[in-house]
Amino acid sequence: MTHDHEHDHDHEEGSPLTETALRVRALESLLVDKGLVDPKTLDALIDTYETKVGPRNGARVVARAWRDPAYKTRLLADATSAIAELGFIGRQGEDMVALENTPKVHNMVVCTLCSCYPWPVLGLPPVWYKSGPYRSRAVIEPRGVLRELGVAVADDTEVRVWDSTAELRYLVLPERPKGTEGWSEDELAEIVTRDSMIGVERIPPQTRKP
Amino acid sequence: MNGVHDMGGMHGLGPVQIERDEPVFHHEWERRAFALTMASGFIGEWNIDMGRFAREQMPPGEYLQTTYYEHWLFGLLRLLEERGLVPRAELEVCRRGAAVARPQPARPGLRVLRPPDVEKALRNRHAARCDDPVPPKFKAGDTVTAKNVNPLVHTRLPRYVRGRRGVVDRDHGVFIFPDAHAAGQGKKPQHVYSVRFAARELWGPDASARDAVYVDLWDDYLDRA
Repeated sequence: MTHDHEHDHDHEEGSPLTETALRVRALESLLVDKGLVDPKTLDALIDTYETKVGPRNGARVVARAWRDPAYKTRLLADATSAIAELGFIGRQGEDMVALENTPKVHNMVVCTLCSCYPWPVLGLPPVWYKSGPYRSRAVIEPRGVLRELGVAVADDTEVRVWDSTAELRYLVLPERPKGTEGWSEDELAEIVTRDSMIGVERIPPQTRKP
Repeated sequence: MNGVHDMGGMHGLGPVQIERDEPVFHHEWERRAFALTMASGFIGEWNIDMGRFAREQMPPGEYLQTTYYEHWLFGLLRLLEERGLVPRAELEVCRRGAAVARPQPARPGLRVLRPPDVEKALRNRHAARCDDPVPPKFKAGDTVTAKNVNPLVHTRLPRYVRGRRGVVDRDHGVFIFPDAHAAGQGKKPQHVYSVRFAARELWGPDASARDAVYVDLWDDYLDRA
Protein backbone atom coordinates (compact mmCIF):
# COMPACT_ATOMS: atom_id res chain seq x y z
CA MET A 1 0.00 0.00 0.00
CA THR A 2 1.50 3.28 -1.08
CA HIS A 3 -0.63 5.58 1.01
CA ASP A 4 -1.16 5.33 4.72
CA HIS A 5 -4.09 6.54 6.75
CA GLU A 6 -2.46 8.25 9.64
CA HIS A 7 -5.31 10.76 9.72
CA ASP A 8 -8.05 8.16 9.87
CA HIS A 9 -10.66 9.18 12.42
CA ASP A 10 -13.01 6.25 11.98
CA HIS A 11 -12.82 4.39 15.23
CA GLU A 12 -16.48 3.48 15.69
CA GLU A 13 -15.79 -0.15 16.56
CA GLY A 14 -18.44 -2.54 15.25
CA SER A 15 -20.62 0.15 13.70
CA PRO A 16 -21.62 0.16 10.02
CA LEU A 17 -19.27 3.11 9.54
CA THR A 18 -16.27 0.98 10.37
CA GLU A 19 -17.34 -1.52 7.75
CA THR A 20 -17.63 1.27 5.19
CA ALA A 21 -14.33 2.80 6.27
CA LEU A 22 -12.58 -0.55 5.80
CA ARG A 23 -14.19 -0.96 2.41
CA VAL A 24 -13.04 2.47 1.26
CA ARG A 25 -9.53 1.82 2.54
CA ALA A 26 -9.38 -1.49 0.69
CA LEU A 27 -10.65 0.13 -2.49
CA GLU A 28 -8.14 2.94 -2.30
CA SER A 29 -5.27 0.47 -1.86
CA LEU A 30 -6.48 -1.57 -4.78
CA LEU A 31 -6.91 1.36 -7.17
CA VAL A 32 -3.56 2.84 -6.18
CA ASP A 33 -1.81 -0.53 -6.57
CA LYS A 34 -3.32 -0.88 -10.03
CA GLY A 35 -2.18 2.60 -10.95
CA LEU A 36 -5.74 3.76 -11.66
CA VAL A 37 -5.58 6.63 -9.18
CA ASP A 38 -2.70 8.66 -7.81
CA PRO A 39 -2.89 9.07 -4.00
CA LYS A 40 -1.52 12.60 -4.24
CA THR A 41 -4.32 13.43 -6.63
CA LEU A 42 -6.80 12.24 -4.00
CA ASP A 43 -5.17 14.55 -1.44
CA ALA A 44 -5.34 17.49 -3.87
CA LEU A 45 -9.02 16.87 -4.61
CA ILE A 46 -9.86 16.71 -0.90
CA ASP A 47 -7.82 19.79 -0.10
CA THR A 48 -9.55 21.78 -2.84
CA TYR A 49 -13.03 21.20 -1.47
CA GLU A 50 -12.08 21.21 2.18
CA THR A 51 -10.01 24.39 2.22
CA LYS A 52 -10.28 26.35 -1.04
CA VAL A 53 -13.79 26.14 -2.44
CA GLY A 54 -16.72 26.91 -0.18
CA PRO A 55 -19.55 29.28 0.69
CA ARG A 56 -17.14 32.19 1.25
CA ASN A 57 -17.01 32.34 -2.56
CA GLY A 58 -20.75 32.73 -2.88
CA ALA A 59 -20.78 35.29 -0.07
CA ARG A 60 -18.35 37.39 -2.10
CA VAL A 61 -20.73 37.26 -5.08
CA VAL A 62 -23.68 38.31 -2.94
CA ALA A 63 -21.77 41.12 -1.23
CA ARG A 64 -20.63 42.48 -4.60
CA ALA A 65 -24.19 42.37 -5.94
CA TRP A 66 -25.52 44.20 -2.87
CA ARG A 67 -23.00 47.02 -3.26
CA ASP A 68 -22.73 47.30 -7.02
CA PRO A 69 -26.02 47.67 -8.95
CA ALA A 70 -24.32 47.15 -12.32
CA TYR A 71 -22.81 43.88 -11.04
CA LYS A 72 -26.18 42.77 -9.73
CA THR A 73 -27.74 43.44 -13.13
CA ARG A 74 -25.04 41.34 -14.80
CA LEU A 75 -25.42 38.59 -12.19
CA LEU A 76 -29.16 38.28 -12.74
CA ALA A 77 -28.79 38.43 -16.52
CA ASP A 78 -25.83 36.03 -16.89
CA ALA A 79 -24.76 34.51 -13.60
CA THR A 80 -22.09 32.26 -15.13
CA SER A 81 -20.14 35.23 -16.51
CA ALA A 82 -20.73 37.50 -13.52
CA ILE A 83 -19.53 34.82 -11.09
CA ALA A 84 -16.53 34.06 -13.31
CA GLU A 85 -15.56 37.75 -13.01
CA LEU A 86 -14.67 36.92 -9.40
CA GLY A 87 -12.74 33.83 -10.47
CA PHE A 88 -15.30 31.25 -9.37
CA ILE A 89 -15.64 28.73 -12.18
CA GLY A 90 -15.57 25.03 -12.73
CA ARG A 91 -17.06 21.71 -11.98
CA GLN A 92 -20.73 21.66 -10.93
CA GLY A 93 -20.97 25.38 -11.66
CA GLU A 94 -20.41 25.47 -15.40
CA ASP A 95 -23.84 27.00 -16.00
CA MET A 96 -25.12 29.21 -13.22
CA VAL A 97 -28.41 31.00 -12.58
CA ALA A 98 -28.90 33.63 -9.85
CA LEU A 99 -32.30 34.07 -8.20
CA GLU A 100 -33.13 37.29 -6.40
CA ASN A 101 -35.12 37.11 -3.19
CA THR A 102 -37.39 40.10 -2.60
CA PRO A 103 -40.22 40.89 -0.16
CA LYS A 104 -42.60 39.47 -2.79
CA VAL A 105 -40.68 36.42 -4.04
CA HIS A 106 -38.80 33.85 -1.95
CA ASN A 107 -36.62 31.43 -3.92
CA MET A 108 -35.22 28.18 -2.56
CA VAL A 109 -33.16 25.48 -4.27
CA VAL A 110 -33.28 21.69 -4.09
CA CYS A 111 -32.21 18.67 -6.12
CA THR A 112 -34.90 16.05 -5.58
CA LEU A 113 -33.17 13.40 -7.75
CA CYS A 114 -29.67 13.44 -6.27
CA SER A 115 -28.01 16.42 -4.64
CA CYS A 116 -26.89 18.82 -7.38
CA TYR A 117 -25.36 21.92 -5.85
CA PRO A 118 -23.25 24.87 -7.12
CA TRP A 119 -19.80 23.72 -5.97
CA PRO A 120 -17.68 26.70 -7.15
CA VAL A 121 -19.71 29.15 -5.06
CA LEU A 122 -20.96 27.02 -2.15
CA GLY A 123 -18.53 24.11 -1.95
CA LEU A 124 -19.79 20.57 -1.33
CA PRO A 125 -23.39 20.27 -0.11
CA PRO A 126 -24.21 19.87 3.58
CA VAL A 127 -25.80 16.66 4.85
CA TRP A 128 -29.28 18.15 5.27
CA TYR A 129 -29.36 19.27 1.62
CA LYS A 130 -28.52 15.71 0.52
CA SER A 131 -30.98 14.11 2.93
CA GLY A 132 -34.31 12.46 2.19
CA PRO A 133 -36.29 14.90 4.33
CA TYR A 134 -35.18 17.97 2.39
CA ARG A 135 -35.24 16.37 -1.06
CA SER A 136 -38.74 14.97 -0.50
CA ARG A 137 -40.35 17.92 1.24
CA ALA A 138 -38.89 21.03 -0.37
CA VAL A 139 -41.12 20.72 -3.43
CA ILE A 140 -44.38 19.63 -1.76
CA GLU A 141 -44.33 21.74 1.41
CA PRO A 142 -41.71 24.45 1.05
CA ARG A 143 -43.47 26.73 3.54
CA GLY A 144 -43.48 23.98 6.15
CA VAL A 145 -39.78 23.34 5.66
CA LEU A 146 -39.02 27.07 5.83
CA ARG A 147 -41.12 27.47 8.97
CA GLU A 148 -39.27 24.60 10.66
CA LEU A 149 -36.00 26.28 9.76
CA GLY A 150 -37.17 29.54 11.25
CA VAL A 151 -38.04 31.39 8.05
CA ALA A 152 -41.51 32.95 8.15
CA VAL A 153 -42.83 33.67 4.69
CA ALA A 154 -45.81 36.04 4.44
CA ASP A 155 -48.97 34.73 2.78
CA ASP A 156 -48.66 37.29 0.02
CA THR A 157 -45.05 36.35 -0.73
CA GLU A 158 -44.65 33.82 -3.54
CA VAL A 159 -42.44 30.82 -2.83
CA ARG A 160 -40.53 29.52 -5.83
CA VAL A 161 -38.74 26.19 -5.45
CA TRP A 162 -36.08 25.41 -8.06
CA ASP A 163 -35.45 21.69 -8.61
CA SER A 164 -31.97 21.28 -10.11
CA THR A 165 -32.87 18.42 -12.46
CA ALA A 166 -30.46 19.48 -15.24
CA GLU A 167 -26.92 20.89 -15.27
CA LEU A 168 -27.98 24.43 -14.33
CA ARG A 169 -26.87 25.36 -10.83
CA TYR A 170 -28.70 27.94 -8.76
CA LEU A 171 -27.50 30.60 -6.34
CA VAL A 172 -30.01 32.58 -4.31
CA LEU A 173 -29.27 36.28 -3.89
CA PRO A 174 -30.70 36.88 -0.43
CA GLU A 175 -32.31 40.16 0.60
CA ARG A 176 -29.81 42.64 1.95
CA PRO A 177 -30.65 43.14 5.62
CA LYS A 178 -31.40 46.48 7.16
CA GLY A 179 -28.61 48.10 9.14
CA THR A 180 -25.94 47.41 6.52
CA GLU A 181 -26.05 50.75 4.73
CA GLY A 182 -22.55 51.93 3.86
CA TRP A 183 -20.85 48.62 4.73
CA SER A 184 -17.85 47.53 2.71
CA GLU A 185 -17.92 44.42 0.53
CA ASP A 186 -15.78 42.56 3.07
CA GLU A 187 -18.14 43.47 5.89
CA LEU A 188 -21.17 42.42 3.88
CA ALA A 189 -19.55 39.11 2.85
CA GLU A 190 -19.04 38.32 6.55
CA ILE A 191 -22.78 38.11 7.23
CA VAL A 192 -23.81 36.11 4.15
CA THR A 193 -24.52 32.53 5.16
CA ARG A 194 -24.46 29.35 3.11
CA ASP A 195 -28.09 28.59 3.88
CA SER A 196 -29.25 32.06 2.81
CA MET A 197 -27.75 31.33 -0.62
CA ILE A 198 -29.75 28.09 -0.83
CA GLY A 199 -32.87 30.01 0.17
CA VAL A 200 -33.60 28.42 3.56
CA GLU A 201 -32.40 31.25 5.78
CA ARG A 202 -32.97 34.99 5.97
CA ILE A 203 -30.16 37.22 7.08
CA PRO A 204 -31.50 39.22 10.03
CA PRO A 205 -31.24 43.01 10.38
CA GLN A 206 -27.82 44.04 11.66
CA THR A 207 -27.12 46.36 14.54
CA ARG A 208 -23.33 46.47 14.33
CA LYS A 209 -20.60 45.66 11.89
CA PRO A 210 -19.05 42.16 12.07
CA MET B 1 -36.26 4.45 -13.57
CA ASN B 2 -38.87 4.92 -10.88
CA GLY B 3 -36.32 4.58 -8.11
CA VAL B 4 -36.33 5.65 -4.50
CA HIS B 5 -33.85 8.39 -5.45
CA ASP B 6 -36.77 10.24 -7.08
CA MET B 7 -37.88 11.67 -3.75
CA GLY B 8 -39.84 14.80 -4.60
CA GLY B 9 -43.20 14.76 -2.79
CA MET B 10 -42.59 11.72 -0.56
CA HIS B 11 -43.86 11.80 3.01
CA GLY B 12 -42.54 10.33 6.22
CA LEU B 13 -38.82 10.92 5.91
CA GLY B 14 -38.73 13.23 8.93
CA PRO B 15 -37.66 16.77 9.75
CA VAL B 16 -34.91 18.70 8.01
CA GLN B 17 -32.09 18.92 10.51
CA ILE B 18 -29.34 21.44 9.88
CA GLU B 19 -26.08 20.78 11.70
CA ARG B 20 -24.45 23.94 12.99
CA ASP B 21 -20.84 24.52 11.89
CA GLU B 22 -20.96 21.35 9.87
CA PRO B 23 -17.57 20.11 8.61
CA VAL B 24 -17.14 19.44 4.89
CA PHE B 25 -16.56 15.77 5.69
CA HIS B 26 -17.56 13.90 8.84
CA HIS B 27 -15.17 10.95 8.52
CA GLU B 28 -11.87 10.22 6.85
CA TRP B 29 -13.55 7.55 4.70
CA GLU B 30 -15.90 10.22 3.31
CA ARG B 31 -12.91 12.26 2.15
CA ARG B 32 -11.39 9.23 0.48
CA ALA B 33 -14.67 8.00 -1.07
CA PHE B 34 -15.30 11.48 -2.48
CA ALA B 35 -11.82 11.75 -3.97
CA LEU B 36 -11.73 8.17 -5.25
CA THR B 37 -14.99 8.77 -7.09
CA MET B 38 -13.77 12.04 -8.57
CA ALA B 39 -10.37 10.67 -9.58
CA SER B 40 -11.86 7.50 -11.05
CA GLY B 41 -14.31 9.61 -13.04
CA PHE B 42 -11.41 11.42 -14.68
CA ILE B 43 -10.20 8.11 -16.15
CA GLY B 44 -13.00 8.82 -18.60
CA GLU B 45 -14.63 5.42 -18.77
CA TRP B 46 -18.04 6.81 -17.83
CA ASN B 47 -19.86 10.12 -17.87
CA ILE B 48 -21.77 11.94 -15.13
CA ASP B 49 -25.13 10.55 -16.22
CA MET B 50 -23.78 7.00 -16.09
CA GLY B 51 -22.44 7.85 -12.64
CA ARG B 52 -25.85 8.97 -11.42
CA PHE B 53 -27.54 5.92 -12.96
CA ALA B 54 -25.09 3.63 -11.19
CA ARG B 55 -26.02 5.15 -7.81
CA GLU B 56 -29.71 4.82 -8.63
CA GLN B 57 -29.20 1.04 -8.88
CA MET B 58 -28.68 0.76 -5.13
CA PRO B 59 -31.55 -1.31 -3.67
CA PRO B 60 -34.17 1.09 -2.26
CA GLY B 61 -34.02 -0.13 1.34
CA GLU B 62 -30.27 0.24 1.37
CA TYR B 63 -30.43 3.66 -0.31
CA LEU B 64 -32.69 5.01 2.42
CA GLN B 65 -30.50 3.66 5.21
CA THR B 66 -27.16 4.86 3.91
CA THR B 67 -25.52 8.24 3.45
CA TYR B 68 -24.55 10.25 0.41
CA TYR B 69 -20.97 9.04 0.12
CA GLU B 70 -22.09 5.45 0.62
CA HIS B 71 -24.29 5.97 -2.45
CA TRP B 72 -21.21 7.26 -4.25
CA LEU B 73 -19.17 4.25 -3.15
CA PHE B 74 -21.87 1.86 -4.35
CA GLY B 75 -21.93 3.57 -7.75
CA LEU B 76 -18.16 3.58 -8.03
CA LEU B 77 -17.79 -0.13 -7.26
CA ARG B 78 -20.47 -0.92 -9.79
CA LEU B 79 -18.89 1.19 -12.55
CA LEU B 80 -15.41 -0.19 -11.92
CA GLU B 81 -16.79 -3.67 -12.46
CA GLU B 82 -19.06 -2.81 -15.40
CA ARG B 83 -16.28 -1.07 -17.29
CA GLY B 84 -13.85 -3.91 -16.65
CA LEU B 85 -11.41 -1.74 -14.71
CA VAL B 86 -11.43 -4.08 -11.71
CA PRO B 87 -12.35 -7.77 -11.83
CA ARG B 88 -15.41 -8.78 -9.87
CA ALA B 89 -13.44 -11.13 -7.63
CA GLU B 90 -11.17 -8.29 -6.49
CA LEU B 91 -14.13 -6.01 -5.83
CA GLU B 92 -15.73 -8.72 -3.71
CA VAL B 93 -12.63 -8.75 -1.53
CA CYS B 94 -12.83 -4.95 -1.28
CA ARG B 95 -16.49 -5.05 -0.32
CA ARG B 96 -15.52 -7.23 2.62
CA GLY B 97 -12.98 -4.59 3.58
CA ALA B 98 -10.01 -6.84 2.97
CA ALA B 99 -6.84 -6.16 1.01
CA VAL B 100 -6.47 -7.76 -2.42
CA ALA B 101 -3.23 -9.75 -2.25
CA ARG B 102 -2.04 -9.74 -5.86
CA PRO B 103 -4.26 -7.48 -7.93
CA GLN B 104 -4.22 -7.85 -11.69
CA PRO B 105 -2.54 -4.90 -13.39
CA ALA B 106 -4.86 -2.37 -15.00
CA ARG B 107 -5.10 -2.48 -18.75
CA PRO B 108 -2.57 -0.16 -20.38
CA GLY B 109 -3.31 3.25 -21.86
CA LEU B 110 -5.77 4.50 -19.25
CA ARG B 111 -5.76 8.20 -18.39
CA VAL B 112 -4.83 8.89 -14.78
CA LEU B 113 -5.30 12.34 -13.26
CA ARG B 114 -2.03 13.63 -11.76
CA PRO B 115 -1.72 16.29 -9.05
CA PRO B 116 -0.49 19.10 -11.36
CA ASP B 117 -3.60 18.65 -13.52
CA VAL B 118 -6.16 18.67 -10.70
CA GLU B 119 -6.77 22.41 -10.62
CA LYS B 120 -7.24 22.66 -14.37
CA ALA B 121 -9.52 19.63 -14.41
CA LEU B 122 -11.74 21.10 -11.69
CA ARG B 123 -11.86 24.55 -13.30
CA ASN B 124 -13.32 23.13 -16.48
CA ARG B 125 -15.96 25.51 -17.82
CA HIS B 126 -17.69 23.26 -20.30
CA ALA B 127 -19.64 20.19 -19.31
CA ALA B 128 -23.15 19.50 -20.47
CA ARG B 129 -23.82 22.57 -22.64
CA CYS B 130 -23.55 21.91 -26.38
CA ASP B 131 -22.81 24.21 -29.30
CA ASP B 132 -25.01 22.23 -31.68
CA PRO B 133 -27.45 24.48 -33.58
CA VAL B 134 -30.54 22.59 -32.45
CA PRO B 135 -33.76 24.63 -32.83
CA PRO B 136 -35.92 24.95 -29.71
CA LYS B 137 -39.34 23.31 -29.71
CA PHE B 138 -40.72 25.81 -27.19
CA LYS B 139 -40.25 29.38 -26.08
CA ALA B 140 -40.83 31.31 -22.88
CA GLY B 141 -44.54 31.62 -22.18
CA ASP B 142 -45.55 28.39 -23.94
CA THR B 143 -47.80 26.05 -22.00
CA VAL B 144 -46.40 22.51 -21.96
CA THR B 145 -47.23 19.13 -20.45
CA ALA B 146 -44.51 16.93 -19.01
CA LYS B 147 -44.84 13.52 -20.64
CA ASN B 148 -46.26 10.68 -18.63
CA VAL B 149 -43.56 8.11 -19.25
CA ASN B 150 -41.93 5.54 -17.00
CA PRO B 151 -38.60 4.59 -18.56
CA LEU B 152 -36.63 1.76 -16.99
CA VAL B 153 -33.45 3.66 -17.76
CA HIS B 154 -31.93 6.80 -16.25
CA THR B 155 -34.06 9.92 -16.59
CA ARG B 156 -34.11 13.39 -15.06
CA LEU B 157 -37.87 13.72 -15.44
CA PRO B 158 -39.11 13.45 -11.84
CA ARG B 159 -42.29 11.47 -11.22
CA TYR B 160 -44.02 14.37 -9.51
CA VAL B 161 -44.25 16.45 -12.72
CA ARG B 162 -45.20 13.69 -15.17
CA GLY B 163 -48.52 14.44 -16.83
CA ARG B 164 -48.58 17.91 -15.25
CA ARG B 165 -49.00 21.15 -17.10
CA GLY B 166 -46.60 24.05 -16.75
CA VAL B 167 -45.37 27.20 -18.45
CA VAL B 168 -41.93 27.64 -19.97
CA ASP B 169 -40.18 30.30 -17.89
CA ARG B 170 -36.93 30.45 -19.84
CA ASP B 171 -34.88 28.59 -22.41
CA HIS B 172 -31.46 27.67 -20.99
CA GLY B 173 -30.03 26.62 -24.36
CA VAL B 174 -28.81 23.29 -25.73
CA PHE B 175 -27.56 20.54 -23.43
CA ILE B 176 -26.67 16.85 -23.48
CA PHE B 177 -29.76 14.66 -23.01
CA PRO B 178 -29.07 12.51 -19.93
CA ASP B 179 -31.37 9.61 -20.82
CA ALA B 180 -29.34 8.91 -23.97
CA HIS B 181 -25.99 9.84 -22.43
CA ALA B 182 -26.42 7.48 -19.47
CA ALA B 183 -27.15 4.63 -21.87
CA GLY B 184 -24.05 5.28 -23.97
CA GLN B 185 -26.17 6.48 -26.88
CA GLY B 186 -24.45 9.79 -27.46
CA LYS B 187 -25.38 13.32 -26.50
CA LYS B 188 -28.67 13.80 -28.36
CA PRO B 189 -28.36 17.56 -27.78
CA GLN B 190 -31.56 19.51 -27.21
CA HIS B 191 -32.94 22.55 -25.42
CA VAL B 192 -33.49 22.63 -21.68
CA TYR B 193 -36.14 24.91 -20.23
CA SER B 194 -37.06 26.00 -16.79
CA VAL B 195 -40.72 25.04 -16.58
CA ARG B 196 -42.92 26.64 -13.94
CA PHE B 197 -45.50 24.32 -12.38
CA ALA B 198 -48.08 25.89 -10.10
CA ALA B 199 -48.01 24.22 -6.68
CA ARG B 200 -51.72 23.37 -7.04
CA GLU B 201 -51.16 21.71 -10.42
CA LEU B 202 -48.66 19.39 -8.74
CA TRP B 203 -50.14 18.87 -5.30
CA GLY B 204 -53.85 19.70 -5.51
CA PRO B 205 -56.13 22.26 -3.89
CA ASP B 206 -54.48 22.16 -0.46
CA ALA B 207 -51.29 23.68 -1.85
CA SER B 208 -50.67 27.42 -1.88
CA ALA B 209 -52.35 29.24 -4.76
CA ARG B 210 -49.32 31.49 -5.02
CA ASP B 211 -46.37 29.11 -4.98
CA ALA B 212 -44.65 27.26 -7.81
CA VAL B 213 -41.93 24.71 -8.53
CA TYR B 214 -39.50 25.32 -11.38
CA VAL B 215 -38.07 22.19 -12.97
CA ASP B 216 -35.39 22.05 -15.69
CA LEU B 217 -36.71 19.85 -18.48
CA TRP B 218 -35.48 18.82 -21.93
CA ASP B 219 -37.45 18.99 -25.20
CA ASP B 220 -37.90 15.20 -25.20
CA TYR B 221 -39.76 15.38 -21.87
CA LEU B 222 -42.34 17.90 -23.06
CA ASP B 223 -45.46 18.09 -25.21
CA ARG B 224 -47.27 21.22 -26.24
CA ALA B 225 -50.34 21.53 -24.03
